[in-house]
Amino acid sequence: MRFGVVVFPGSNCDRDCGEVLTLLGAEVEYVWHRESDVSGLDGLVIPGGFSYGDYLRCGAVAKISPVMDAVRTFAAQGRPVIGICNGFQILLESGLLPGAMLRNTSLTFQCKTVDLRVETTRTPFTRELAVGQLIRLPIANAEGNYTIDADGLLSLEDNDQVILRYVDASGEATEQGNPNGSVGNIAGISNIRGNVVGMMPHPERASEAILGNTDGRAFFEAALNLAS
Amino acid sequence: MHVRVLVRNRPGVFDPAGKVVQSGLRRLGHHVEQVHLGKVIDLQIAGDDRDAVRAEIDLMCKEFLVNPVLENYSVEFLDDEGQ
Repeated sequence: MRFGVVVFPGSNCDRDCGEVLTLLGAEVEYVWHRESDVSGLDGLVIPGGFSYGDYLRCGAVAKISPVMDAVRTFAAQGRPVIGICNGFQILLESGLLPGAMLRNTSLTFQCKTVDLRVETTRTPFTRELAVGQLIRLPIANAEGNYTIDADGLLSLEDNDQVILRYVDASGEATEQGNPNGSVGNIAGISNIRGNVVGMMPHPERASEAILGNTDGRAFFEAALNLAS
Repeated sequence: MHVRVLVRNRPGVFDPAGKVVQSGLRRLGHHVEQVHLGKVIDLQIAGDDRDAVRAEIDLMCKEFLVNPVLENYSVEFLDDEGQ
């Protein structure tokens, strides 16, 4: 299994993702943003951070980088791609996923562990979880307030594209459980086909026992198991 | 040609920066009903065919400068102003 981790100037979760994938037995290749061929890989991670300093809009400059043309081709072939945090923002800007991110309604950077509910097992990254399963993962973002128009939201729900929702401690998708104001408490989505996934929470920061939480490991394990 | 692209949030899109500035103005005793913040992008473009430049700017906005999910834009030709 060869997984690529895309590295933009300003990415800062690339090594964390690579570390977890390596621990799980994958061969990891760091893919620089100027590269234009990712065809030899089994899966791709677009990591978090502040690509290109968040200039213009979060993810806007990344979307026109050479590597994203390669990512589009890779995604169109149905192969697994996951964007985490800034990686999710980049997938939204690129049009690989629908919708956009706004500043958090709190107006503050949100850095904490949140409760989440798994909504679908249809994607390569959630296939080993269970629908309705409650997990906890860290978030760290200022612009994680997911938005989409009413028709778009309906389409996401109808096509089983919501993968994770922010919930309160009892597992309900309430306002109280929503850390950033995301519409429908959405924390992660996929494309219609299911192979491209974006999520604001950081599974790579919760994949080793020494870090106190291993709920994130299943996302990487599932994709690796699929690839092998 | 000196062209200014003004980018602003679409009506109804959450604009926290505008809200913060509005509350600041209120604190100073100015009663402003609404404030919206946007971006100014000034471009210097060679050529004098305004329609062609306008078409190219529309393409730039579509491809890169503007996120149509959240934002609107307008274009001003600044060379006219001094004349």
